[in-house]
Amino acid sequence: MHTSEDFAQELINAGYDFFTGVPCSIIGNLITNLTDRHDVTYIPAVREDAAVGVASGAYMAGKIPVVLMQNSGLGQCLNTLTSLNLIYKLPCLLIVTWRGFEGKDAPEHLVMGRTCNKLLDTVGIPHHDFNHDNIKVLINMSYKLVTENREPLVLFLKKGIIV
Amino acid sequence: MNYREAITTITGLLDDQLVVCANGLISREAFTIRDRPENFYMIGSMGMASSIGLGVALSKPSRKTIILEGDGNLLMNLGSLPMAGSLQPGNLLHIVLDNEVYASTGNQPTISNVIELEEIAKSARYSYVKKVTNNEDLKREMAHTLENGGLSFLLVKIVDTEEQREIGRVTHSPEQIKERFMSAINGKR
Repeated sequence: MHTSEDFAQELINAGYDFFTGVPCSIIGNLITNLTDRHDVTYIPAVREDAAVGVASGAYMAGKIPVVLMQNSGLGQCLNTLTSLNLIYKLPCLLIVTWRGFEGKDAPEHLVMGRTCNKLLDTVGIPHHDFNHDNIKVLINMSYKLVTENREPLVLFLKKGIIV
Repeated sequence: MNYREAITTITGLLDDQLVVCANGLISREAFTIRDRPENFYMIGSMGMASSIGLGVALSKPSRKTIILEGDGNLLMNLGSLPMAGSLQPGNLLHIVLDNEVYASTGNQPTISNVIELEEIAKSARYSYVKKVTNNEDLKREMAHTLENGGLSFLLVKIVDTEEQREIGRVTHSPEQIKERFMSAINGKR
């Protein structure tokens, strides 16, 4: 099990320097860590599309942004991803918690839990899944993909991988 | 004052300020009246001009950033007001051209005829909030807010009496809009 502090440090070491998002219990400690740090700023967003919008502005002003959210938030920001980020080629890393994975969760998470990866395939946003062994590798690879391809990229984070 | 007059007045007073223009007629009109690399024309993602502008302002505190949007755009992302108010960027001017309709889709009413958007901005801790209804006042308030720092909000009441006419579309591709906006931000100062 990796700590949220190590996870935040890997993101910063990779080169990410702007953080925003909407909380989920799975990334609660990560957001607390990012908020408490003095070397980076975490902007609390009111909604996931506002987070993606702020991140897009930050990118144009020279930052490499990360947006944190629950998979329920993908629905909230889908129009911004498709009619802003994908067509202008405005990149950001989206760390999305995967609630409802394999049907084991509260009812409100089950539909998106079953479909969130297929939803991204449909609109053409690449995605990968974190596991216990690939955190550093995936974060470093994501930075290369985000900055070179200049497109949004989703890394799904399931419960129990970071504490 | 119609929105062409308002956009002509606003863009005529600009120097190197960064302007995030909302989708629809506002971007098209701003492009037609005075195209400049410091303009970011949003063509989709309705509601997001205020969030994009906030992200630019926070990340480039040395440059004045202007959000130019309509009442329909603001109402779609009203949460952007308290987000900006909580963060208090010292370089952000938020201009709302309020014609009380969705003009881009044929003048269907919004709800800003009964909702005072400037009061919401005040409540959201914008440090300087003014409502203007004529060109003289707009010129004066533009000069004031461009001169001074802080988090400002101008509500510009628009009455469009002129006949419908053809307005050009933004001819730059989305990627071109982004690339030259980024060069305008990061190439200076």
